[in-house]
Amino acid sequence: MIYREAGDFKTSYRKDSQTFPLKFDRVAYFVLLAVAFLVIPFIINDYWANAVLVPFLIYAIAALGLNILTGYAGQVSLGTGGFMAVGAYSCYKLMTGIDIFGVEFPPLNIFLSVIVSGGITAVVGVLFGLPSLRIKGFYLAVATLAAQFFLVWLFNKWGWAYNHSASGQINAPERSVFGIIVTGPETAAWAKYLFCLVFVFFVAWIARNLTRGAAGRKWMAIRDMDIAAEIIGVNPLLAKLSAFAVSSFFVGIAGALFFSVYLGAVEVGEAFGIQKSFLVLFMVIIGGLGSIFGSFAGAAFMVLLPVLLKNVLVGALGWPTDLAAHLELVIVGGLIIAFLVVEPHGIAQLWRLAKEKLRLWPFPH
Amino acid sequence: MSLDTTDSYVTEDGRTIGGVVMEMKNITLRFGGVVAIKDISFDIREGEIRAIIGPNGAGKSSMLNVISGFYHPQEGEVWFHGRKRPSMKPYQVAAQGIARTFQNIALFDGMSVLDNIMTGRLTMMKSNMLQQAIWFGRAEREENQHREQVEKVIDFLEIQAIRKTPVGRLPYGLKKRVELARALAAEPKLLLLDEPMAGMNVEEKEDMSRFILDVNDEFGTTIALIEHDMGVVMDLSDRVVVMDYGKKIGDGTPDEVRNNQDVIDAYLGVAHD
Repeated sequence: MIYREAGDFKTSYRKDSQTFPLKFDRVAYFVLLAVAFLVIPFIINDYWANAVLVPFLIYAIAALGLNILTGYAGQVSLGTGGFMAVGAYSCYKLMTGIDIFGVEFPPLNIFLSVIVSGGITAVVGVLFGLPSLRIKGFYLAVATLAAQFFLVWLFNKWGWAYNHSASGQINAPERSVFGIIVTGPETAAWAKYLFCLVFVFFVAWIARNLTRGAAGRKWMAIRDMDIAAEIIGVNPLLAKLSAFAVSSFFVGIAGALFFSVYLGAVEVGEAFGIQKSFLVLFMVIIGGLGSIFGSFAGAAFMVLLPVLLKNVLVGALGWPTDLAAHLELVIVGGLIIAFLVVEPHGIAQLWRLAKEKLRLWPFPH
Repeated sequence: MSLDTTDSYVTEDGRTIGGVVMEMKNITLRFGGVVAIKDISFDIREGEIRAIIGPNGAGKSSMLNVISGFYHPQEGEVWFHGRKRPSMKPYQVAAQGIARTFQNIALFDGMSVLDNIMTGRLTMMKSNMLQQAIWFGRAEREENQHREQVEKVIDFLEIQAIRKTPVGRLPYGLKKRVELARALAAEPKLLLLDEPMAGMNVEEKEDMSRFILDVNDEFGTTIALIEHDMGVVMDLSDRVVVMDYGKKIGDGTPDEVRNNQDVIDAYLGVAHD
């Protein structure tokens, strides 16, 4: 079989620490990238973009963000929805132009808007991360829950944030990158997809680099044993706050894309409520805490499963839509529980086990 | 041999012990009404193996925690390299070149052996978040340089085979060795070992003793260790501090301590009045 290390010798530490140590994995990765960038944009249609691929990509970014905070640094957060809202509203303000005390900033390029929104969310995240220096576990979860409710309330009440629109909603105006429209109702399916994919690619790349180096080790040390981490020289303040910053940066980007590219119009309580926080947390737990691959797997699981169920129940079995919608929730919930009982460490762990088995196949030892 | 007046001395096996690296001056540590350490002074000299012994609850681990900055004594001063040390956080102490192991193994269970040992070098890694995010360039160069140093430690402690194993899967004796490796990776000036041989069988103790002597010999690392196995203590250490109920009851070479009546009383037990 091709899938094993035997004969694949590493002659430098650089080669030994690469992301995909097996040649088969490396090839598979580049093939996947090529398909994602060069093939899918040509065959994608509106249904696949709006129902499956774009939400998957955006949630993957949010899950990566939360995984850095919860999976790698061990700080539980229930404020993901609120932080996504910060990203969305920042993006809206940046896209439409800001007027601060009479100083006017012109509308910013959409690409930059999304990135700067991430930056603003990072600052907010650090602010709400400050309590983590004193409180841990469930208590921190409650503190971040406060952030969730506060931020949603803020964007409901603060007229400046939604430009005092009568409906209280924010609507993404039409914006383009290199002449290609990426936001607004006129956007082509492939443009949405490709715009999100570019962000996913860079976010995943940064996440991988940070988690394999010094920063990642600091986070994991704090997660596994914070006292020992401090005694071997990790500054807990900087480690925790940097995790909050990076995590919120990603979550902010996800929020900005969710609003501008995916939904187009947002009412904060509906789009970024507590359900969103839980949804992303489920993705991270089901995918696998402390795993980049797990973030993608979890996002895929939570996005694809309802779509799949709907297609099976309504499309194939011909059940009424409302009954299928209710049953769908029951089945997804049941599957989550069943899944966590079978493999508490998530899809990433299943994947690891499968690969280990594959490496030995067809011999049992 | 007089220990108080000379700046350096030569041990029985011919090693030259240098000047004072760390000096504890009249340390008193209280937890509420409980006095854990009472007015203790002693010093640790460059290149020596210094043991701290005493019955359970004597305050040995508290003493180590004072040295590593985890506890802050109410009274007394800690002098390091001839300067009085201000009140410091543990991570600042680590950056000064003091590394330690723990009585109950404190490894990071979710990480591989290699990653655990790499954490020992975190205080020396200087690339910032942006450089790490880009990876290519400084972060990668730095990572590989430190990896090379860590591999030397791995060779030294003979744990090449378990490099990529998650720490949670290792047996007890190997975990202790990995913890020593993590401390050594920091290239410490002063190495604190809190019961490095607790719960080990004879062979594991022999291995560990050999590693401790080798560390001291090859890198010239100053070592302070707490240990209950008297045979090990007497064989390894150059000088011994004996504590009992938070007080110092003996200080000197193993032979001096062995013949000290207070020490004999503390270990064999006499009525405390």
